[in-house]
Amino acid sequence: MAPDKGMLYLKGINKTYGSVKAVKDVTLEIKSGEFFTLLGPSGCGKTTLLRMIAGLEIQDSGSIILEGKDITRIPATKRQINTVFQSYALFPHLNVFENVAFGLRARKIPEKELKPKVQTALDILELGRMSTRFPHQLSGGQNQRVALARAVVNDPKVLLLDEPMSALDAKLRAQVQVELRRLQKQLGHTFILVTHDQDEALVVSDRIAVMKDGQIIQSGSPDDVYDFPKNRFVAEFLGAANILSGKFFDGMFHTDVGNLELDVQPSWEHGVIAIRPEWIKFSDTKPEQNGVRAKVTEIIYRGTNLDIWCEPGPIRVKSTTYKDFKIGDELWLELAPKELVVLDE
Amino acid sequence: MKKIKLLVNAMALGTMAFLYLPLMAVAFFSVNNTKYGLVWKGFTLKWYIQLLHNEAILHIALNTLILAVVSTIISTILGTALAIGMGRFPWPGKMNTILDLILHLPVIIPDIILAAALVIAFGLLRSLSSVFEPGLICMIISHITFQVAFVALVVRSRLISIGKDIEEAARDLYASTSYLLWKITLPLLLPGIIAGAMLAFTLSLDDFVISFFTAGPDSVTLPLYIFAAVRRVVTPQIHALATIVLFVTVILVFTMERFTRKKDIQ
Repeated sequence: MAPDKGMLYLKGINKTYGSVKAVKDVTLEIKSGEFFTLLGPSGCGKTTLLRMIAGLEIQDSGSIILEGKDITRIPATKRQINTVFQSYALFPHLNVFENVAFGLRARKIPEKELKPKVQTALDILELGRMSTRFPHQLSGGQNQRVALARAVVNDPKVLLLDEPMSALDAKLRAQVQVELRRLQKQLGHTFILVTHDQDEALVVSDRIAVMKDGQIIQSGSPDDVYDFPKNRFVAEFLGAANILSGKFFDGMFHTDVGNLELDVQPSWEHGVIAIRPEWIKFSDTKPEQNGVRAKVTEIIYRGTNLDIWCEPGPIRVKSTTYKDFKIGDELWLELAPKELVVLDE
Repeated sequence: MKKIKLLVNAMALGTMAFLYLPLMAVAFFSVNNTKYGLVWKGFTLKWYIQLLHNEAILHIALNTLILAVVSTIISTILGTALAIGMGRFPWPGKMNTILDLILHLPVIIPDIILAAALVIAFGLLRSLSSVFEPGLICMIISHITFQVAFVALVVRSRLISIGKDIEEAARDLYASTSYLLWKITLPLLLPGIIAGAMLAFTLSLDDFVISFFTAGPDSVTLPLYIFAAVRRVVTPQIHALATIVLFVTVILVFTMERFTRKKDIQ
């Protein structure tokens, strides 16, 4: 296996704070030029893992290998990895140009080389006209771009992003997510993003690793993880999911809402399956397979769609087509076997 | 309700008067055209002029200034180094608490105890070198002893307000420890360092107890002189001198206040 540029390999990483195991035996391979996301709730160890990659934290055991070279013992100052911090951590006493130039100056890059590099980074992030301003004179979105420019100007082998969008409002965030993905494709760098926002993870990533309690629960492409969640945690953390519990026998899954056929044979007798609200179809007539007669109990208007809650269950269904639903309406729901995901637990 | 509000206001005003009337009185008598008595006899600056022609007092003022400037410079450097050392090195949790306590102790300890301790310490050191005879050098060392803690406390609070993120970002951007210190930490700490230095300077300027215990015959400072003079007789010149010291202190405190408040990080 020839070491790829920007390829990062984490092997059996462990980290304990006092009696808390923050990261438990994490092994990960991140490909060159990949946009990789660590997704999980707060306190799941994702930021700790990121800080260990940056060298700001040292793991108790395990090694970090970058392009085939073990960098475990190399301090942050010497790692060719740069970070965009959650707080941006811009230098308040330096203007935008000097903020961006900091990493180059610290490495004593001659002024001749430095200026065009900084200018290019500023241009890429549309900060050209802001170069003499100070961080406190800029908006949150602009500061975030300065933080990005300050990192990418160093041409890092891996760029780390620690919840870089948590301080932005929802509308700006959606826009920045798309820009971030575009920037990553344009530069071709390896990006590792840490976030608790599942939408963000789905939008930007080539691959997602879902973390919980210091462990990686599942990793894969966004559609893989979304369509085939491994367990209840992943199903519920990424998007909305109806979780049905019951028993499997005689080739059927027996639940409170009825008996359902499955495409995949579960390995358990008693367990849970998931179906996403948007995968459930409505009909006025009984479907051929897995029909559930249900009654509308609640309708929530969401702008782009309606969320309909039905009994029994409750089952949540997403309706994007116009239909005049009313509370108390009776209808058929089709929980097609191919849409039912058998979960591990 | 209204009555209570009135009462609170009256009490606040009363407290202010209690605090500042004596000082106002000193300023008042320093420009009163009479040597004795409490009656206003017209405005004059002659006490100030006499003061400026008094060689002995000028010498004492110079002593005070040398003591304050030298001790402030040294204690600012030491205090800043101490604050950075305490704040930025990964001491274990318990050690941090102990260090904090050690830092606060000189601030809380009564001056008289510190002064007595210093007298004993210098007494022992005197057997090694005559440098430790009572005098300016001993006074400088003594002032540094209590100033360091104040400087360190002010700088430390500034350091905490800066946060660790910015220094981590600098390290992440290839800054060596010295580069980080000169380009990031010290420039950001500067307002705190200046505020700490001003506080140290004010404390040295006003200090009586510790100076009294460590001064030699040639190293009398203004507070010591005023004390000795007042015991004989209070002259308007003393009022003028006290007013000047007060004025300088007030200016320093205001400047310090501005530095600590100005440009808080984000």
